[in-house]
Parts: sequence; C-alpha cells; structure tokens
Amino acid sequence: MRGSGRGSGILPLSIDGVSVSLAGRRVLDNISLTIPQGERTVVLGPNGAGKTTLLRLCHGLLPPDSGELDWQGPEAIHRRQRQAMVFQRPVMLRRSVRANIAHGLKVRRVARRERRARVDEVLEATGLEGFATRPARRLSIGEQQRVAIARAWALAPEVLFLDEPTASLDPGATRAVEILVGLISRAGTTVVLTTQDLAQARRLADRVVFFHGGRALEMAAAESFFARPRSPEARAFIAGDLFWSGAPVSGGREAWVVHER
Amino acid sequence: MQQFGDAFAAALGLIVSADSGLGEIVALSLRVSGSAVVLALLLGLPLGALLALYRFPGRGVAIVGVNALMGLPPVVVGLVVYLMFSRSGPLGVFGLLYSPSAMIIAQLALVLPIIAALSRQHIEDLWGEYGDQLRSFGSSRWRAVPTLLWEGRISLLTVVLAGFGRAIAEVGAVMIVGGNIDHYTRVMTTAISLETSKGDLPLALGLGVVLLLLSLAVNTGLTLARATTVRQAG
Repeated sequence: MRGSGRGSGILPLSIDGVSVSLAGRRVLDNISLTIPQGERTVVLGPNGAGKTTLLRLCHGLLPPDSGELDWQGPEAIHRRQRQAMVFQRPVMLRRSVRANIAHGLKVRRVARRERRARVDEVLEATGLEGFATRPARRLSIGEQQRVAIARAWALAPEVLFLDEPTASLDPGATRAVEILVGLISRAGTTVVLTTQDLAQARRLADRVVFFHGGRALEMAAAESFFARPRSPEARAFIAGDLFWSGAPVSGGREAWVVHER
Repeated sequence: MQQFGDAFAAALGLIVSADSGLGEIVALSLRVSGSAVVLALLLGLPLGALLALYRFPGRGVAIVGVNALMGLPPVVVGLVVYLMFSRSGPLGVFGLLYSPSAMIIAQLALVLPIIAALSRQHIEDLWGEYGDQLRSFGSSRWRAVPTLLWEGRISLLTVVLAGFGRAIAEVGAVMIVGGNIDHYTRVMTTAISLETSKGDLPLALGLGVVLLLLSLAVNTGLTLARATTVRQAG
C-alpha cells in the first residue's frame, strides 16, 4: 500500500484560535495547534476533554464557531478527499468486508478496475483477506475496527484521523489495531489519533497534544511530554490522579469539576 | 353455522377447480394494488429521503402532514379521485373514471403517505447512524440516499408490506372510482362486498380465503427474504 505523495500535500494543518460550542457548552476553547506532516500525533486527555470534537472539526464534519483551519494548497474542494477518519464505534455497512472497503472508493468515483486492485492490496496488507467475503456486521468489534481502518486506508489519505479506535477493544484487538496504525504510518500517511490510554500514547506517539476541558494545554514531542509535563493537569493525568466528578459547582449549575488530589 | 360450512366447502371448491371468474378477479386485484405500490415506492422513497435529510422551512409541518395522511379514509380518497376524474372534473378529459387506472391512482393516494412517512423515519434513523461515516467517505446527502436505502432494505421491506396490505384490503376507494364492473374493474374486496349483499356466500368466502392466503404468502415470502438478507449481510 503506497503512501500519498509528499511535497504538494495538504499538511501541515494549522488551527488558529478555534472555538466550538455544542448544545450551549463550549467544547473547544480557543484551540491553536499544528498537525505536521509525517508524524504520529496523539491527542491525549480524559473523557469529555474535546478530543472527538477536535477530530470532527479537522475532518470537516463540524464547522468552527470562530477561528480558522488552514490546510496547505489551494484545492479546497479536494481536501476531504485527501483525508480519512475512523470512528470510535466502527460503522459497518450491511455487506461483505470487501464491499465495505470498496464503498468509500466508489463514493470517490474510483474506477472499477482500480477499485478492485486497491481493495485487494489493502486486504492483503492488513491481513484481512480471510474476512473478505464475510458479512462485516457479523465480525467481532475488534475485527470490525480493523476493517474500518483498512477501509479508511484504502482511500490513500494523506492524513488519517482515528478517534479512540481501541476504546472498546480487548488487549489482543488493541494490539492488532496498533500494529495496523504503525503500518499505515510507516507507509507514509500522517496519523492523528485520540486516546485516553496513557500506555497507548507512550507506544504510538511521536508528538503529544494534551487536552483538558476543551483546551490544548500542551503540545510537545512525546519524550519531553512524558518526561517533563509542564501543566499541573498533565502531571496529574500522567500520575493517574486526574479524575472527573459530577459535583455541581456553586450557583447550582451542573458542571464537570476537576479535582486534584 | 351449517350455512358457513357449506359456503366454505363451496369456496374451497372454487379455489381448487381454479374457477376462471375467481382467477380474473384475483389477477386484477394484484395488478391494481401491485401497480399502486410500485408507483408509491417510486414517489414515496425520494419524498421520504427529502423529508429525512433536508432542512427547509415548513419541514416539520410537511412531516406531520404526511404522517396524518397515513390515516386517510379510503372512501374519502375515492370521493376526491371521483370528483377529479368525473366528466366535469378538472381531470375529466382523460376519461379514466371506472377504469383500472383510476383504481390505481386512488390506491396510490392511499399508499404513498405510508411509504413516504415510514421511509422518512427509517432514513432519518439510518442517517443518524451512518451520517458521519458516509460524509467522511465524501458522500453528499443525495449520494447517500441509495446507500441508506440499501442499508435499510430489511426494514423497508416491512414498509412495502404495510403499503401493499393497505392497498389490497381496502374497498371504499376502488368501489367508488372503479364501480365494481364485472370483467373490468371488479377486484376481490368489491366482489366480496357485492356477493355478500347478493347472498352468494361461496364466492364471497372463496375470495376472502384467497385474500387471506395471499396475505400469508406475501408475508411468508418477505420473512424468508429478510432471513436470507440477515444471514448474508448481518
């Protein structure tokens, strides 16, 4: 499976002062960060930090309320075509694994012959050949997630967004997904992955963006983030001490409050 | 009860001997209701998709309206179609009154709201489930419609069944616009109505039994189709 051409790509993506509110709650609060090309960026943070919203925003599924997303290159229309995303809960179409992988290519008007070749290629590269004719919805959740990743990869994206791809998987399936992510990354696709799993972030990250309460508190190379986290929230998270409580704050307004022990 | 037994025996006799009068009536019923359902699908699925996927002013009102039309009384539909197609009506020039075409149009009006309203609900639910993924592939909402219909094929079979059941069983609309003319516009329900009032209970009962068997056959077929789909596609 070839990666996408470098040089004239859509990366780096720079996000400049972006805020998003959903149902009256500010989910992303004045985020500024850069997604560089060719690295594995792990967006790390607890539940409700805004990680999923960030990916949906980057992928164009959600418009920003304010601020800007700057992709490289002029071809605004084709930007979505050069990205792919894998969701936390895999959405399998009611058809075979092969037809699932082919569907994304079909939507993007890839000609039948090339479609077939790419599906074969990706099935082989991901070790899913044995599943090709199986109904996708009959697979285990871990297998479904691998199919979802293969399906996204078949689109030959420059950047692949993965939203907590292992959140509901057992350790074996998690391992399989991580191997796949490594493979895709080495083949030249820029990977942006969200997780709340510290160990996974250590295994996969070149760069870490630490999210908390809708804000990007830290952006650093992985080694320096884990060795010297700067914000108290990140230090608490790494120490396993950051947790969420539903206790209402004064004024009676229901809100999520961070406690530090 | 004796009378019922005799009538029932005679009815079975009619069915077993493949009575030609009975066959003609059954065939016309299937043709009229089948055509109405096919036309209702062609119009109703795009309408359902439109209401499910697009936001426009008056959408809420349109949805309530279509839902409410599911309960249209057949005789009222018959009356309206009758007025439209009667000699002095706006569509009178086509001369369709008391023809199978008028019956198809009347049943179309009965079935269309069912197909549109139920498919709207299914497509909206499916879009909630698949929307992000399909948009991620690069699907526009229009491009997503055939995908969603195919994904929802199992539940949409039930919608088709509901529509067909409504059409094949109604008597009020086809009676008014078809006129129950022998060898021309007589269908099962109008024939049952007529034969009952004439006292020819064997024919009425025979038709009733055929109607039930037909319903049973269609349901069995769709249940098998659904089981096959589930087995093959999960």
